[in-house]
Parts: sequence; C-alpha cells; structure tokens
Amino acid sequence: MSQDKISVEEISRIAKLAQLQLSAEEVSNYSQQLSKAIGYFEQISQVQTARVEPLVTPTEIENILRKDEVKTETSSEEILRNAPHKTGSLFTVPPVV
Amino acid sequence: MDLLKASLSEIATAVRSKKVSALEATQFFMNRAKKLNPKINAFISFDESAQDQARKIDEQVSRGEDPGPLAGVPWGIKDMFCTKGLRTTAASKILENFVPPYDATAVALLKKNGAVILGKLNQDEFAMGSSSENSHFGAVKNPWNLNCVAGGSSGGSAAAQALRMVAASTGTDTGGSIRQPASFCGVVGAKPTYGRISRYGIIAYASSLDQAGPLTNSVEDAALSLEIMCGKDIKDGTSSSLPVPSWKKNLNPSMRGRKIGVLKEYFQDGGLHPEVQAATEKALSELKQQGAEIVEVSVPLTKYAIPMYYLIAASEASSNLSRYDGVRFGFRSEFKSLAHINLSEFYSKTRGEGFGAEVKRRIMLGTYCLSAGYYEAFYNKAGQVRRMLRDEFSLAFEKCDVILSPVTAAPAFKLNERISDPLQMYLNDIFTVATNLAGLPGMSVPFATSKERLPIGIQLMANHFQEQKMLDAALALEGISGLKGLVADVL
Repeated sequence: MSQDKISVEEISRIAKLAQLQLSAEEVSNYSQQLSKAIGYFEQISQVQTARVEPLVTPTEIENILRKDEVKTETSSEEILRNAPHKTGSLFTVPPVV
Repeated sequence: MDLLKASLSEIATAVRSKKVSALEATQFFMNRAKKLNPKINAFISFDESAQDQARKIDEQVSRGEDPGPLAGVPWGIKDMFCTKGLRTTAASKILENFVPPYDATAVALLKKNGAVILGKLNQDEFAMGSSSENSHFGAVKNPWNLNCVAGGSSGGSAAAQALRMVAASTGTDTGGSIRQPASFCGVVGAKPTYGRISRYGIIAYASSLDQAGPLTNSVEDAALSLEIMCGKDIKDGTSSSLPVPSWKKNLNPSMRGRKIGVLKEYFQDGGLHPEVQAATEKALSELKQQGAEIVEVSVPLTKYAIPMYYLIAASEASSNLSRYDGVRFGFRSEFKSLAHINLSEFYSKTRGEGFGAEVKRRIMLGTYCLSAGYYEAFYNKAGQVRRMLRDEFSLAFEKCDVILSPVTAAPAFKLNERISDPLQMYLNDIFTVATNLAGLPGMSVPFATSKERLPIGIQLMANHFQEQKMLDAALALEGISGLKGLVADVL
C-alpha cells in the first residue's frame, strides 16, 4: 500500500503523539482507513474561506466568569474510590522525574 | 392504567393521585426490561435502587408533597451520563468500573422532577458510531428485526424505548446519535438547540457538537422531557440563559400557514431508498394538504457536512479523550512493577488496551488533523466552513419555519454489514450532522413502516431556539402517521 496518503511510519508517529500503543495490524489498518477517510475529507479544501473566522462553538457566547470560590462537592475519599491504584490518599504512578 | 401506552404525564398524574404507585410503575417497567433485555442487549447496568427510589416518591405523595411532573416515571439513562453511585461506562473498557461521585445536571433535573432511574443504556463506545455495534458490552439489536442494528450511538435508548422497557430515555446527539437510532427503532428522538441542555456530567465526545435530548414514544412526551432537561447551568460555560418555554402546553398541530422547507441538496444526489423517498414525499404532501406551504431552500455547503463533521468531531475527541490515562479513574493495564516503567509507555499501553477500535481510529484521525502541518488545512478549515454553513442555514430559515428531510437514506441496515468499512459508516450520517455543526434543534418522528417492517422516521429541524416550531410539525406528522405510541411486538 505504498500509495497510502498516511504511511505506516506516519501512523506510528501520530500514535506516539496520541499516547496509543498499537499492534502492527492496527497500524496497517489505520494507515489504509485513515488514508481513505482523509482522501474523502480533503474535498473541503475546495471551499473558498479567505478571511472567514473559524466557528468554534455554534452559538456565540461571551466569556462566562464567576467568583473563584471554594465549594466542597465531594470528598477526596470518594474521588479516590475510582483510582485504579492508590497508596494511602495518593494516586500511584510510575516515576515521573 | 395501561403502562405500555400511558404518556409521561398520565403516569405522573396517576402516581400523584395514588391511582398507581411509583413502585408499581417501576416494577412493571423493570420486569419488562429485565425479561426482554437478553434479546436486544439495550441495558449495560440496572439500577437496583430503583424500587427504593420509587418508594421515596410514594412516601412524598403520602405526605402530601408533589414529587413533580415526572412523579414515579421510570427512565433509562444512556451510559454517557454520569449517575451518582451508579456505574457509568460510556460502553468502554476504559471506564468499565467507573462509579461517578456526582450526577450529570440533566440526570439531576430528571430526579428532581420525580423520575425513577431504572438503569444505564448501551451505545457505541464514547458515542462514536452509527450502529451501537462499537460497544465493549456487545452490539444492541433492533427490536423490529434482530438481524438489524438499532442505530447509534444511542441505540440502547432507542431499542429500549421501542420495546417500552422504559417510559422515556435519555440520549446524546453529536452528529445524529439520537435522531438516527430513533428513526431505526420507530421512536421519537429530539435534540434541542446547542446550549439548551447542560453538558455537565455528560462524558465529552466533541464538546462543540454534543447535545443531550430525550427518546420517547410520543411528541408530547418529548416536549415535556425537553422542558425538564433544558435550562441554564452555571457548570456548563456554553449553557444558554434563554428561558425555557412551555413547549408541551403550547403544542399546536395546525399547519395552516406554516412554511416547511425542503433542502434542495438533500434530494439532488438520488441514492434514497425508494420507501424513504416515498415516506418523505408523503409527509410533504400531507402537510401541504393541511395548509402548510412547501418552500424549496438551499444550503449548498451541506455537501461538505460529512468532512466538516468528522474533522471537527475527531479533533475535539482526541483532545477530550486525553484525560483517560489510567491514573485517577478507569482502567489501567497490568504492570508487574511501576518502578521501571516509562510514563509514556504507561499511558500508551493503558490507552491502547482500554479503547476500542473505532475510538482509537477517531483519536488517531483527530491527532493527525491537529498536528503541525495539518491543523490549518483540516481543523481550522473545517471551522471556517462551519461558520459559512451556519450562516447559510440562517438565510434558509428566513424562508421557512422548519426544514423537513429524511433521517437516513435507508431503514436500519444489517448487523456487521458496515462495521468493516469506516468511511461507508461515516457517510450514513449525511442528513443528520449539519444540524449539530450549525447548533440547530433537530428531531426524528416515526412516520412509516417499510415492507420489511422496519420503521422510517422523518427529520425536522428549526432555527436556533425555535424548538416549538419543530415540535408542532412533529405533532402534525405523528397525527398523520397513526404511529403514536408504537411499541415493537416482534419479540
């Protein structure tokens, strides 16, 4: 599949950016499928959009501000109940530094 | 009282006047749901506290208090909505054991108004899909034909509703995920204007497109449900502060003088299933006979709706789903020891194992579109065209009150038929995604039945915050169709 727009190397690079471990089979499938999808989506380039501001949310809204107040809605105990691994009142993670 | 046919208001009135207890209503629907579920796989979890919730409603009534307009009405909740103390999975392995410590605002509003929660409904993983086959908990089946898909992503909601396993259900609609399964299963499904229903506590897929809504057995029930679910919420920055009208009370099926728009572009390419084409034409001619004026309108950029939608939705998804990292909640891969694991390897393995194929595909697509060198050509470009599309719709709605169209080009397709070709599956959403891109209200109302006994819905959309016009036209179509309160009976 040398004509694929998005090569397997490119897929591997994107997977790294997205923090996704993929199998060789997934890499090959996504290369073909995303190439096909992007090939179709590229038609959007036909639209003249000079000086058009992108729409990021469909109804125009102003910044909504509120007072920065501390409110207790839940406890750390309750939050930690969903942790896949914890040590005391802390989340357990691999060494970060 | 026939709970199979009763409207939400009729159930609530009966509970409030002690003609039926909330407990009886809850047991009726729960028994039905548990009995029928093995055949269609609509539920992921049942809420075993449902009877206790119902008893509390009955106690309120006994004390002379009013539990609200949904008193004792049993609801099913799509598994995208956080429910306090009740497992919420988004149909994903990565959230398989997640128990939220809080309720989504929409769920809190239902409870506050007397609803009883029966359980959580199946769907495509993270609402990504059009068939409800992309679920970690197995595909949902269409109750009208078990070899067909229920549609997606709110397939569990639509299928449960069609079998009346619940009195009403919630869905989310990012590109048609309420309207398309509603059409495939023969129920009413509505999404209001973007911003009407708080997104707080609804698991995010594509935040600028996501909007919740109800699936029901009648337009009247949809109007009431919308009234309850909509409203300003300080916890959602895009929440609209416009007052919520009394849509149910104001329902008016008279089409005299109403202008029904027909989108030229939706009928140009052909490709419509003949029975869908016939149903759409019949809907238009019947509304005309009732005094409506049929107006041709044009929104040329709908031609690019699919590329625009998938570029934007995947980009937002890749960002939203970065929170699933195996640290604070959800699934974490097995590691013998964390001491020698590199952080990136830790994240990547967890995410690679925790997400299903379609979710990973969209994260990849979105990451690609947002990456250096492609951002301008894809994500930014799609946003620009999106503004132009929204403006074209505004012009179209100067000429008409609602736009009527098919929901999908054909009735429900067979299970496994399209799952291997993602692009083919994406193209299925051609009639529904533009609504979300422009932030418009849209709904599907059952209108016909195919020769193979599969439901065919009609889509209505209206301008921003004009839900009443959409609901009125839906009520007129419901009257014409004779399909109000349709319950699937093939099982």
